[in-house]
Amino acid sequence: MPQVTLTVNGKTSSVEVEARTLLVELLRDKLGLTGTHVGCDTSQCGACVVHIDGNSVKACTMLALQADGTKVTTIEGIAAADGTLHPMQEMFREHHALQCGFCTPGMVMSAIDLVAKNPQGLSEDEIRHGLEGNLCRCTGYHNIVKAIDASQSLMHAKAAE
Amino acid sequence: MNAVFQGIGASVRRTEDLRFISGNGNYTDDINRPGQTYTIFKRSDRPHAKITGIDSTAASAMPGVVAIFTAADFAGVGGLPCGWQIHNKDGSPMAEPKHPILADGKVRHVGDPVVMVIAETKQQARDAAEALVIGYEDLPSYSASRDALAAGAAAVHDDAPGNLCYDWHIGDKDATDAAFAKAARVVKLDLLNSRLIANPMEPRSAIGDYDRSGDMHTLYTTSQNPHVIRLLMGAFVLGIPEHKLRVVAPDVGGGFGTKIFHYAEEAAVTWAAAKINRPVKWTSDRSEAFISDAHGRDHDSHAEMALDADNNFLGMRVSTMANLGAYLSTFGPAVPTYLYATLLAGVYKTPAIYCEVKAVFTNTVPVDAYRGAGRPEASFLVERLVDAICHDTGADPVALRRQNFIPRDAFPYQTPVAVQYDSGDYFATLETALKNADYAGFPARKAAAAAKGKLRGIGLSTYLEACGIAPSKLVGQLGARAGLYEVANVRVNPTGSVTVFTGTHSHGQGHETTFAQLVVDQLGVAHNQVQIVHGDTDRIPFGMGTYGSRSLAVGGSAMVKAMDKIILKGRKIAAHLLEASVEDIEFKDGKFSVAGTDRAKTFGEIALTAYVPHNYPIETLEPGLDETAFYDPANFTFPGGCHICEVEIDPDTGVTSVVQFVAVDDVGRVINPMIVEGQIQGGVAQGIGQALLEHAVYDAQGQLLSGSFMDYTMPRADNLSNISVGTENTLCTHNPLGAKGCGEVGAIGSPPAVINAVVNALSAYGVRHMNMPASADKVWNIINGGLRAAAE
Ligand code: FES
Ligand code: FES
Repeated sequence: MPQVTLTVNGKTSSVEVEARTLLVELLRDKLGLTGTHVGCDTSQCGACVVHIDGNSVKACTMLALQADGTKVTTIEGIAAADGTLHPMQEMFREHHALQCGFCTPGMVMSAIDLVAKNPQGLSEDEIRHGLEGNLCRCTGYHNIVKAIDASQSLMHAKAAE
Repeated sequence: MNAVFQGIGASVRRTEDLRFISGNGNYTDDINRPGQTYTIFKRSDRPHAKITGIDSTAASAMPGVVAIFTAADFAGVGGLPCGWQIHNKDGSPMAEPKHPILADGKVRHVGDPVVMVIAETKQQARDAAEALVIGYEDLPSYSASRDALAAGAAAVHDDAPGNLCYDWHIGDKDATDAAFAKAARVVKLDLLNSRLIANPMEPRSAIGDYDRSGDMHTLYTTSQNPHVIRLLMGAFVLGIPEHKLRVVAPDVGGGFGTKIFHYAEEAAVTWAAAKINRPVKWTSDRSEAFISDAHGRDHDSHAEMALDADNNFLGMRVSTMANLGAYLSTFGPAVPTYLYATLLAGVYKTPAIYCEVKAVFTNTVPVDAYRGAGRPEASFLVERLVDAICHDTGADPVALRRQNFIPRDAFPYQTPVAVQYDSGDYFATLETALKNADYAGFPARKAAAAAKGKLRGIGLSTYLEACGIAPSKLVGQLGARAGLYEVANVRVNPTGSVTVFTGTHSHGQGHETTFAQLVVDQLGVAHNQVQIVHGDTDRIPFGMGTYGSRSLAVGGSAMVKAMDKIILKGRKIAAHLLEASVEDIEFKDGKFSVAGTDRAKTFGEIALTAYVPHNYPIETLEPGLDETAFYDPANFTFPGGCHICEVEIDPDTGVTSVVQFVAVDDVGRVINPMIVEGQIQGGVAQGIGQALLEHAVYDAQGQLLSGSFMDYTMPRADNLSNISVGTENTLCTHNPLGAKGCGEVGAIGSPPAVINAVVNALSAYGVRHMNMPASADKVWNIINGGLRAAAE
């Protein structure tokens, strides 16, 4: 079986996979990182979003082999080493932006990328459009939009440090 | 005492969030058992066909295949039971054909499971399933109730003649006929309530595990009610006694009703795990979920209101065809009857109501409860009919509603359709909503929109629903095959922390936070000293689970009762320690004290004494501080309110945007306002989804056209706008918390408000009614057809 070597949340692993294994399967089944979820089979829901070399990617839409040599960050890897939550995690909790929590990992990973890539700041409308690739069935998005909006100043202040 | 108030009424940030935002949730598919195998269900791709043969020779020889099972292997296993028996008008019971675990001789809908393939990996199971050869002989199929009921239609089940499950009615037919006979005017409306798919973001999953040494079966499953699954699967399907069967429902990623029911896959993995003596895991793909999760709604109705010359409602007649799908799902028959027709009075004092319901078998996925379950169908019918009356008579939608509201002083109010409302103030929710929505300012906003070339419309719904399901005796008389009480076990630990075991289940509702607030309030313990445990039949004494917005009203009330017992026992212990009589001991702010003195013992001291009973009234009192209560509600609760929706339609594209949504609901006592607001926003989003976007559509060949997220339009962030939520609460009069329930009001109140707004926006085109969803193509065609007609 082919082998893939990648760095996930700072830790490098080499894993044997089938050619057809998806990245999300590698993360969940081989590395035990079950925070990344699978909510669909048509690349529509975004429950599986992770960062690959700093860009948000749907891990259900990429073969594990395509991730060879990359740096992957999952929801388990965004808090600081001392356990301090990422501002996006903090704001999701503060603004009640999650209910069942199933969409949350993908939503948080998409939101971090969205805010980081837009240092000029995003309007409510732009946030809503930026979330087009992520479905949440519980919240009606109202509080997710609020949380992402609130995280903007925190994230940009932190980036400026 | 707590530095920050965390009792009843505080927006405490959620305890459960810490694991969910960190990727540490524990959902069923996250669980793996040693030696686990994987199963794939080969499902029918035909809506209705005889199975002429199953050839598994090639599949059996595929790598990694462990076992292949068909209906023949499940001989001796029971069918999936139905939890509610409805009776026909003549008193005879409904048709109740068998719902086998795997299709037996015949498939009845696309998605009907036919063969179970178990292999070492999921991919191997999938490959083997592909290699199966199943022979079919097609039969005529029906997706719509109307077609299945037509004379000469082929039978979906041989033991359900005419494809009729039941022909049921409620209300006083003679009184209603008399009301129509004296009416000055009758307003009629035909309407469909669209078929929906709940689509919780977590697909269903189930793991069967068998421990040979103890002869113990365990099922991990994505369920809203693990004890109900244990009862149904153990007693009716597999014949496993309860003490040999454990059902675990860990973190569950949303339910919305569709995870209430006992599904074939749960029984199949539990059965197969014992058969092959290895764990068996199944996780649904989304495409599979579309054709195997129970669907919701799908009513075809005719409604009539009799009015006097002043537009007072005199009587209402309704006849409905309810599509139950190919098999009876667990609560399928109850939804279009006792959860629907009993709500047809709505908030109005209509003195006579009569409703007939024909429930129909079709070649579609079974239909059962989806957020609101019957009440959204009722509110849509009533609130659309009220607006149709306005359309036909020129009455004002606000004034007509006010005129016919049940007055404030009429509670308790007995409706003509069996239920009795305990409390409510429909004027208050209406007035606050009108104010929050700046209803008076609408004409100016409409004019401004028109100046931009947009059609703006406003619509309201003053709705009512029933929650807190339900008094066991009453539902027993109505055909329920279970009691609907709830159970709580409150365990005070020796150091004074508290563990609560509840029979309800949280799959997004935030019980770990809200229920802990009840403990903070009643026992004076800090919020972080409380643990709420749910979702495991081995840990929790018993319970009926979470649906029908019952968890706080019924489950919370059980907790209150159990804590009352804790306090009573604590007072006895304190009386002993403080050398006073029990009657003189007061419990307040976490302290047991002798009334009128400063002699007191803390809750922690009493807990420790209960477990270290050195100085203790041991002759008259058992040690320990651990109490259980069962709470059986005296009545349903009746939340209600007013939703006002404002839409803008782009006539060039037909796209309808909700530009303002105001909800003012009466949900009774609020424990955590932040969570209540979130529940209502989520419910409203699903209601707007039904009204504008979502639709489960079958084609003429019985295939589900909207079978993926590419075809079934789930609301996305950019389809919605902010949702303003307010409350005007009256307390429930018959439960100790005064709670009514908030989980479903959003989905029940909003669809008619949205459609009333769309119809209002399109009034210039002569539109009187529109069925859901008001999709862009439908709206565009109305506008353009209308323009053409005008031009002709
Ligand atoms: S799992 Fe749905 S987009 Fe990846
Ligand atoms: S919180 Fe449940 S799907 Fe988003």
